Amino acid sequence: MTNKTTTAAVNYTDGPVRAFALAAVVWGIVGMLVGVIIATQLAFPDLTYGVPWLSYGRLRPLHTNAVIFAFGGSALFATSYHVVQRTCQVPLFLPKLAMFTFWGWNVVIVAAAVTLPLGITQAKEYAELEWPIDLLIAVVWVAYAIVFFGTIGIRKVRHIYVANWFFGAFIIAVALLHIVNSAAVPVSLWKSYSAYAGVQDAMVQWWYGHNAVGFFLTAGFLGMMYYYIPKQAERPVYSYRLSIVHFWALIFTYMWAGPHHLHYTALPDWAQSVGMIFSLVLLAPSWGGMINGIMTLSGAWHKLRDDPILKFLIVALSFYGMSTFEGPMMSIKTVNALSHYTDWTIGHVHSGALGWVGLISMGSLYYLIPRMFGRTTMYSVSAINLHFWISTLGIVLYIAAMWIAGVMQGLMWRALNPDGTLVYTFVESVKATFPFYLIRLTGGLLYLIGMGVMAWNVVMTIRNGAAKPSPIPQLAHA
Amino acid sequence: MDILYLLIPLSAVLVLAIIGVFAWALHTGQFDDLEQQGALILDAADTAIDGHQGDRAAGGKKSPLRPGKAKTEKP
Repeated sequence: MTNKTTTAAVNYTDGPVRAFALAAVVWGIVGMLVGVIIATQLAFPDLTYGVPWLSYGRLRPLHTNAVIFAFGGSALFATSYHVVQRTCQVPLFLPKLAMFTFWGWNVVIVAAAVTLPLGITQAKEYAELEWPIDLLIAVVWVAYAIVFFGTIGIRKVRHIYVANWFFGAFIIAVALLHIVNSAAVPVSLWKSYSAYAGVQDAMVQWWYGHNAVGFFLTAGFLGMMYYYIPKQAERPVYSYRLSIVHFWALIFTYMWAGPHHLHYTALPDWAQSVGMIFSLVLLAPSWGGMINGIMTLSGAWHKLRDDPILKFLIVALSFYGMSTFEGPMMSIKTVNALSHYTDWTIGHVHSGALGWVGLISMGSLYYLIPRMFGRTTMYSVSAINLHFWISTLGIVLYIAAMWIAGVMQGLMWRALNPDGTLVYTFVESVKATFPFYLIRLTGGLLYLIGMGVMAWNVVMTIRNGAAKPSPIPQLAHA
Repeated sequence: MDILYLLIPLSAVLVLAIIGVFAWALHTGQFDDLEQQGALILDAADTAIDGHQGDRAAGGKKSPLRPGKAKTEKP
């Protein structure tokens, strides 16, 4: 009798997982579409001539916020809520608060989509939103932390699975970074001034900026990697021990690497060097994690041939390895002297964003979404395959174009005549970049089309499935 | 560079906090028997489509997987 009531009552809290998973797909399309628009503007600057709220300077932060925080953020919410329940074997702690994080986060996104084109901005990269929205982010984030750590607190499995450590570090670090960096003095409802000034502000900004990359765009997505790759490959992670080392090494090192964004600026030279050294050290844990993830397929490589979801997940890791090699190299001062302020940086960011963050999210969502709607597979597996190849081709075009453009720009800007004058004017380097902007646009467009294929597949999956409650096995058994 | 008087102590405190959490994890046995933990999430016998079993070594609702010392976990 009591057994029956327990069984009926205890299901996983999948409502917030479903909501965030679908939001990730929707915001992915929006964010990538804005990306394609601004890529077009770079090639054809007169595209939206005369309309201030469609100008590049206003749409660019909209693009970055939409892809990082709306698409990536929703994917992180969805997967962390899913993973923490399955690995702890309990429903979410305070499910209503979890739904609040969904609505709160989406209000933040909509507010960003309205204020940024209106030109309302704090002018801090990746932290552009004005103070009222910042406050809402802080509230939502604290609620997120309560739900996540509360769920860990009531867990029925003694061991905390490694993915939860990554998600947990991501949640705590982002809270700290957001609160410190967004400290500002409001002068009106939509205008504030940073609490820091000059180079101090720059240092806080890149302490935030780099750790946002480290904890939002890396640690969180590594949480996905450590759960969904073993699940999809049906094999345990290659070395669980190494995954623990990966976690602790990564979070001890990341915090100190920020100054590499400020090479050759007013920042003290020793601070720049510290940033560079810690960036180089980061290569070790990053590659340890990448190898660990890829070697999970050891002995089962044939699965990679047939399973497009595994292709997404494993190729994502390859891009993680590429960009975590490229990043430390670019943090070396002499390399940075060539690469900084060029499109090489844009190429590097997108190798990480499209290749690592994008593909790992899509792969995880392809695992997650059908299971949230009472199915084992997506509506069309061949559409997943199509999506994979379109995206991969798009990424390769994008980053190859930006590498070439970036190195070319760096070399042109520093070229000197024997008498010490510059060989090229700036506009000559812009002109020389034009064909690469077109290639980049093509790559971005392909990536967006791939996302469209995914959206169709998701809609068809939902139409041919049903959102059924998923019982918690162990308790149902009791 | 007065900002370093904020950022360096902040980072140092954070590192101390991380060390504290690491020590907690170590002493409560989170890292005992690691190789087995990696395989537990795969423990098949899927009931529902999504229901993987995790550690079902023992049934019962009094969470037998956390025996003995009832630690208050605060990660």
